[in-house]
Amino acid sequence: MRADTQEVINMVAEYKKVLPVPNIDTQEFWDGCHHHELLIQKCSECGIYRFYPCPMCSHCGSMKADWKMVSGKGTVYTWSVIRRAADPAWAGDLPYIAAVIELDEQPSLLMPGNIVECDPDKVTAGMSVEVFFEDVTEKISLPKWRPASTK
Amino acid sequence: MKWPMKDKTAIAGIGWTKYVKKSGVSVLALALEACKNAIEDAGLKPADVDGIISYAVNDSINVNSVSTHLGMQRLNFLADLSGGGNLSCASVADAAMAIATGNAKNVLVFRALNGASGIRWGDSNAKMLDMLSTTGACSDSFGQFLAPFGCDVWVTHFAWLAKRYMIKYGFNARQMASQLGAIAITSRNHAILNDRAMMRTPLTTDDYERSPMISEPLHSLDCCLRTDGACALLVTSDEQANDLKHRPVYVMGASQGGGPNTRDISWANYYNDHTRSYATYIAPLLFERAAISTKDVDVAEIYDCFTFSVLAQLEDWGFCKNGEGGQFVLEGHTALGNELPVNTHGGLLSEAYIHGLNSVVEAVSQLRGDAGPRQVKNAEIAFVSGGGAGTLGCGLILRR
Repeated sequence: MRADTQEVINMVAEYKKVLPVPNIDTQEFWDGCHHHELLIQKCSECGIYRFYPCPMCSHCGSMKADWKMVSGKGTVYTWSVIRRAADPAWAGDLPYIAAVIELDEQPSLLMPGNIVECDPDKVTAGMSVEVFFEDVTEKISLPKWRPASTK
Repeated sequence: MKWPMKDKTAIAGIGWTKYVKKSGVSVLALALEACKNAIEDAGLKPADVDGIISYAVNDSINVNSVSTHLGMQRLNFLADLSGGGNLSCASVADAAMAIATGNAKNVLVFRALNGASGIRWGDSNAKMLDMLSTTGACSDSFGQFLAPFGCDVWVTHFAWLAKRYMIKYGFNARQMASQLGAIAITSRNHAILNDRAMMRTPLTTDDYERSPMISEPLHSLDCCLRTDGACALLVTSDEQANDLKHRPVYVMGASQGGGPNTRDISWANYYNDHTRSYATYIAPLLFERAAISTKDVDVAEIYDCFTFSVLAQLEDWGFCKNGEGGQFVLEGHTALGNELPVNTHGGLLSEAYIHGLNSVVEAVSQLRGDAGPRQVKNAEIAFVSGGGAGTLGCGLILRR
């Protein structure tokens, strides 16, 4: 069979971690990830961004929002180096970094995720990171974070 | 303005099962045993009891099953709350509210679970994620935005909160370990004096530092136990309490809830300041209702799902200044015999994890003067909290 088909089969067969199951409120976010775009809801009326996706703006009550592609840049708000995996599927990744990223677009716009390509002992508060996407299955791509390139 | 419920209700009975790793019985059996003990402790019979309330995270038994098999004859008040430790004191306050408003006369409050051998809160698996998306104080953020990134477990959420605290006050890992270790050791020292406690072997700082690191900065000894067991309380009116077996322990003040953005109880993505827990919001009302200040508290049973919870709450309830919670413990103020004994039973860290209701039981024992070697001399007023260092919680002030 074609090499890329085999690659897809390998990916699906191997991925043992929990996959997000998109729902009606979050489908567009995950579609964005699938297309390697970080889409965040922006209130149509007052312009405030929000994440996790949800149907209402808690600031103005509007139920209209646009999905905006954001810069993919942020800073480290908080983090923890995981040394023992509660889920056995993560055992092979130890130690790994579980972090919360504050997106550059707005203060307190937070997103949990993983920082990769980084020495766990070298993470600092406020460190600049940028998003990229990992295609973990045919349907799902996950946003991941790495230290921002200094260009 | 005087709180209408102040001192109008009292805890007249307490009961519990053994706290173990494998009960070998159903959650229903545990609930029944603890409730029966609380009713008998009050000097009442099941037919005298007309209300029942419990809280759970999809891991327990509904209250009407318990009331039926206890032999209760009448139900005038019932509630199955959904949530964890954030509802421990709240469920007692809700029982008190039913009594103070004349809706019920004698109300049972219980928490029962096979939390070690059965549904283990804090495990990471498909069933737990399913439960978390439907349980109070949680949401489907766990399955969608946390678990895919290996950060769906409570220890990591509290590690994130601890890290925000470290960033704000400039504490490094070594300083944090020193403070958190002192909390674990103080609790263990208290548990050693407690027949009910699951963990009674002494702990040194060396033991603490060598215990496995789970999610920096939290070691395994920073995390509470897992327990099979149940405990229960019998709440009644102040008048009725005078006729019963033990000296009454009055509900002097209560508050519950939090501030804005409480969708998730531990890691709350919408929360605006992660170094201000729920206690910051609900403390003023608690002390105002009780008409006391923190200085009047003789003993404090502070919800300790993690050591960091104690540190944050010492500050947020107003027992010490912001940034000084750890120092307060290091100086020994929270040990028995000192200024503000904390978790005299050993807490959730060393007694048992009955989601905080066991801490209310201990407060009652203290105020009755029944705490034996753990007794705080002349304990008149006790403080109890429910909920860690996150967005939702509750508090109780009890007095004799």
